[in-house]
Amino acid sequence: MNFDLTEEQQMLSDSLRRFVTNEYSFEKRADIIKSGRGTDSATWSALAGMGLLGFTFPEDYDGLGGNAIDTLVVMENLGRGLVVEPYLATVVLAGGLIRDAGSEAQKADILPGIASGERLLALAHSEPGARYNLSHVQTTARKDGDQFLLSGQKTAVLHGGQANQLIVSARTSGEVNDESGLSLFLVDRHAQGVTVDDFATHDGHRTAEISFSNVTVSADNLIGTVDEAFPVIEKAVDLGIAALCAEAVGAMEAMNAATLEYIKTRKQFGMPIGKFQALQHRMADMFIHTEQAKTMAILAASEADSDDRARRREAISMAKTLVGQAARFVGQEGVQLHGGMGVTDEMFAAHLFKRLTLINLLFGDADHHLAQVSDGLLAKTA
Amino acid sequence: MDLNYTPEQEAFRAEVRQFLEDNLPDDIRERVQKRLRPDKAMTERWQKILFDQGWGASTWPEEFGGTGWDPIQQIIFEEECALAGAPRQLDFGLRMVAPVIMTFGNDAQKQRFLPGILSGEDWWCQGYSEPGAGSDLASLRTSAKREGDHYIVNGQKTWTTLGQHADWIFCLVRTSTEGKPQQGISFLLIDMNTPGIEVRPIIMLDGEHEINEVYFDNVKVPAENLIGEENQGWTYAKFLLGHERTGLANVGQWKALMKRLKAVAREEQDGQRPLIENTRFRDRLAQLDMELRALELTVLRVLTDKRGPGPQASILKIRGTEIGQQLFEMLMEATGQDAIAHIPDALELDYTGPRPGSVDATPAAGDYFNMRKLSIFGGSNEIQRNIIAQLVLGL
Repeated sequence: MNFDLTEEQQMLSDSLRRFVTNEYSFEKRADIIKSGRGTDSATWSALAGMGLLGFTFPEDYDGLGGNAIDTLVVMENLGRGLVVEPYLATVVLAGGLIRDAGSEAQKADILPGIASGERLLALAHSEPGARYNLSHVQTTARKDGDQFLLSGQKTAVLHGGQANQLIVSARTSGEVNDESGLSLFLVDRHAQGVTVDDFATHDGHRTAEISFSNVTVSADNLIGTVDEAFPVIEKAVDLGIAALCAEAVGAMEAMNAATLEYIKTRKQFGMPIGKFQALQHRMADMFIHTEQAKTMAILAASEADSDDRARRREAISMAKTLVGQAARFVGQEGVQLHGGMGVTDEMFAAHLFKRLTLINLLFGDADHHLAQVSDGLLAKTA
Repeated sequence: MDLNYTPEQEAFRAEVRQFLEDNLPDDIRERVQKRLRPDKAMTERWQKILFDQGWGASTWPEEFGGTGWDPIQQIIFEEECALAGAPRQLDFGLRMVAPVIMTFGNDAQKQRFLPGILSGEDWWCQGYSEPGAGSDLASLRTSAKREGDHYIVNGQKTWTTLGQHADWIFCLVRTSTEGKPQQGISFLLIDMNTPGIEVRPIIMLDGEHEINEVYFDNVKVPAENLIGEENQGWTYAKFLLGHERTGLANVGQWKALMKRLKAVAREEQDGQRPLIENTRFRDRLAQLDMELRALELTVLRVLTDKRGPGPQASILKIRGTEIGQQLFEMLMEATGQDAIAHIPDALELDYTGPRPGSVDATPAAGDYFNMRKLSIFGGSNEIQRNIIAQLVLGL
């Protein structure tokens, strides 16, 4: 039992932190978001140069053989600077999925491209009406000779409009909420029949609504086994949730630092407002929430790679619940303590608040994951 | 980073578990698990059993007769003891005054006082709060005037937990009124059998006698009972409070209680179904369960931090007491209307009379009332937030 980073992890964290502080200023971030491209090639290349885009891939595929704890270190730092690059979409979700479930050929084809920064992928899984239910899939993949024909609608595809390739879940058998009968396919974003509506998100990232109309997919673009993709999707989503928890912790730490700085310098009634106990206690509670969230992000990261499904899912849901609650608390209080400035576009705190709010909504909010843990409790005590 | 216990730590856990199975007397286990009235003889008996095993002080270094265990071993030990139904050892000696004596006391004081704490022979209580000095502890007025080889102590202490059993009290006393209030405080050990000391009970809202007022009327205390230097007591007091707070997270006991709460939720009926099937209740149980897990891991994270806990220990005090209070509240709610009857006699082992509901209902409301103290004592949770704001955040 120990909570220490390895020397390598500490060094990496320090250099990424320096990069985010020195090279990713608030103004630069605003310009990137305004450009509408959704990603910044210089930033992305820099992350590739540090080895971070292939961090958790095996060394055979130009990776560094890292694990979810390494992702935790990266995401905390990206969260601290509110980096809007598609790290979650491409490296954690899509990259993690190909690493865990792709064929040798697929891994050899895709992972080095992600690691070098040349290829962007996105996971197209959620569907309208599914809410946070991972087995709610109506998109179909019909076998047509030695190919598949994909039809359906996907929603909340993070960075889907920027990706070169999409990983698409579709039903190859079974009914809408069945866990069995799901399969995964690699689809070129520009393929015939793929329509992408690209949107900005409130926090400066990108999302897409994507429809598939009789899109032809060759059999070698099937990922894993037909009808058995559900556990693969679930695992990828769990890795994504663990990463989001870490990102939220970074953003909460940044929110606390920004708020602390503000209430130490802003003067009213002839003194810094941080001298008022009403504000001190709220700041202390923000700190407590953040420390607990950090603990839970560590728990999520240490279980995210586990193949013990029940244990992994419980840890992930516990973490997402408490991190989601903390994100809401720290976000709202951070804005409140900034007073009128907190609701302006020019304050970093406002942007942290928006990211923290959206993180709670992604892949299940606190209520959803509380229900998962609660139902698990019933099963355990039955 | 690795959140799994090592094989050595697991082996240690098995050893502790086996010891508890072989040595924890059944009547003590029953008393603790049914949450009956605490009993002095029980606490002393259990301390003696641990002492004979060489485990009297799990948090002390070996040179003073402690186990020399690392923080993880201490946590494992505490958790296994709580899960087995062992009583909590008395903190006042073991975790509060002893570290002060070890750190700031002289050799004669170490030799004189530590063995009695370790064996459980000496029962200690705490003389900090006064009627006019609660959260503002430094405003305390109990005075100690030096006369030759003695101090003459006059004043009043209050909220003295289990002081009715005590052989010794460690006191903060005023030895100077010069300078800031913090600068004139000294740390004095006083024999409770000294003439001029009077202990008066304060009955708590659950009807139990747990706390006391202690009056000092010209009490003659040998000067050799002064810890460290005169007027430096505030430093020692803060050091002690830091130790106390880490203990107040109380994770082991809360885990045992959570286990019981889950069992009660399964046993209690909510109409035609077990209470656990009531989603509203179960969601709150799940929320609390998660918060307890977060506390457990945060304690491990803080205690294994090489920089030491420091003022961050306040987080553990706040969260530990909040979670503890919620556990007792949910236990009361789980037993519902069965909890309303107040039957003081039923808090003894030999009670065979009637009662509504199960044995879990009997102490439930009284415990809930009693445990409101958690967020008030050891520095109220508001004071802890002040500490975080000022010492951690620099406000």
